[in-house]
Amino acid sequence: MARYSKLRNWLSLLEGPQTWGRGRVFWAGFLLVVAAASAYPLFADGYDVGNNVYFFNWTFMALGLCLIWGYGGALSFGQTAFFGVAGYAYGILTINFGDAYGFTLIALLAAVGIAALLAAVLGYFLFFGRISGVFLGIVTLSVTLVLERFMAQTAGPEWRIGSARLNGFNGMGSMPSLTIPWPGGDIVLFPDVALYYVTLGLLVLVYLGLRILVNSRFGNVLVAIRENPERAEMLGYDIRKYQLGMFLIGSALAGLSGVLYTSWGNYITPSSMGMTAAALPIVWVAVGGRSDLTATLLGTLLVLACFQALTIYGSQYALVVMGILLVLTVLLVPKGVVLGLASLASRLFSRGKQGATSP
Amino acid sequence: MSILETRDLHKWFGGLHVIDNVSLALEPGEIHCLIGPNGAGKSTLFRLILGEHDPTSGGIFYEDQEITREKAFERIRRGISVKFQVPGIFKGLSVRQNLRIALQHHRTPAELNDEIDRLLEFLKLTSAQGQTAGNLSHGQKQWLEIGMAIALKPKLLLLDEPTAGMTPDETFATGEMVQALNRDGVTVLAVEHDMAFVRQIAQRVTVLHFGRVFAQGTIDEIVANDEVASIYLGEAAAHA
Repeated sequence: MARYSKLRNWLSLLEGPQTWGRGRVFWAGFLLVVAAASAYPLFADGYDVGNNVYFFNWTFMALGLCLIWGYGGALSFGQTAFFGVAGYAYGILTINFGDAYGFTLIALLAAVGIAALLAAVLGYFLFFGRISGVFLGIVTLSVTLVLERFMAQTAGPEWRIGSARLNGFNGMGSMPSLTIPWPGGDIVLFPDVALYYVTLGLLVLVYLGLRILVNSRFGNVLVAIRENPERAEMLGYDIRKYQLGMFLIGSALAGLSGVLYTSWGNYITPSSMGMTAAALPIVWVAVGGRSDLTATLLGTLLVLACFQALTIYGSQYALVVMGILLVLTVLLVPKGVVLGLASLASRLFSRGKQGATSP
Repeated sequence: MSILETRDLHKWFGGLHVIDNVSLALEPGEIHCLIGPNGAGKSTLFRLILGEHDPTSGGIFYEDQEITREKAFERIRRGISVKFQVPGIFKGLSVRQNLRIALQHHRTPAELNDEIDRLLEFLKLTSAQGQTAGNLSHGQKQWLEIGMAIALKPKLLLLDEPTAGMTPDETFATGEMVQALNRDGVTVLAVEHDMAFVRQIAQRVTVLHFGRVFAQGTIDEIVANDEVASIYLGEAAAHA
């Protein structure tokens, strides 16, 4: 009974002051979207479905940044560092130890754990050293660029860990895909329908889990630190611990993206930690609306889809358009496009309801 | 036993001697006002007591335990609470959410909402609870921050110019709030410029001048002190 009420308390945190969307209408919409996403493979070619998993792979990193930047108020430029570290870790582990007995899943956990460990060390120096604002951005950006430079010079044959060659700028390839051990034969998650469902399921879990997190006591303190760190501390909170926790979770999610991406394409390259790559999560999250998980998720998928279309038709100019999009968003809708549209819609809606009485 | 004591406190900022041998003892249950001209070191003394600055030498004691090297949040957890000069609220969050964050530390979810409602009523902010805190009037922001400070159920409340920018009516209402808290046993140390407000609430007054304790006593003794009047009160007393 006590356990049941505890569970209910947790579930009640799915809605709260820190997340957009509540009530039956929202959750009906949510179920509808999940149902549509689940039904999509029934109507599409398996090859396309597998390709489109690409979009989901990035969303974890975006949601992690949303937590760190949107909720915690700390602009981390280093999501790609954890993405890359986890991707390479997954590659090194699975190339050496293979994919039998569900080892790829252990490698996934270990790779995310390694990224989290790096985040713990870096975060300790950042937050217990009281580094904030633009300096936090500079340090995290430096970390990802240093990692990129380092991996780029590992082309020689001496750069190997066990049987895994790091391969410098050519990137590391031919690691096995994630594999689920199954009685009738292992399920190998090639970019196909099975991988699509696994990734979608993970995304739904992470999204709901983060909703609970940001509406919990922990999340309340995070937004308090974003709004006024001095006041938060003067309420008796050790804000450094909260910031470290947030950084750890957000960075681990970037690591999860890294593993999923590496397993999906059987490939990881140093440029995944480069300048351009590091800027993209900032664009996704800022354009969507960094202060809300749902806005970030929708915005990320939207921007990725646009970017993909642009790359097909505009090749190199796609990045320029991304830059322009970021600048326009910051200037015109600083809250983000999705949140801006949502508030516009609700204003129109309430004006329609109130009719002439509204000023 | 005093609730808070500073012993031979010194603070240098480079070549500037901002706090010069300040020994101050607060009796439990009193309302003590700290006054002095601009630059006398009042705010610095506050920040030393809170742990936002480290003293150059000297010690700070809370209930006879040394807290000189403790972090700010550790001192808060001991029972010290503060209201800043510029309203230190969470501007982007609702009034209710501001109070929730201040209260959640100490209470179970069931009690939390009741406690928020009670506090809203005390602060006269019940009708504004859904508003974004940044949109409140200046006086309401000050009250909200006082509310967050007292939500911690402190034994010692530090108020840095709590009535700055308030109308006379708001100032008087704030004085009544402070006195109500004091009747419940809260010790108060307030930095204040408004002499009418000091008269309303102060039981003891310390005058700080060039970082030193210049005079100490009841408000009547301080007003009667010609030296104090010459450095500070002359102008203010004429208005009072």
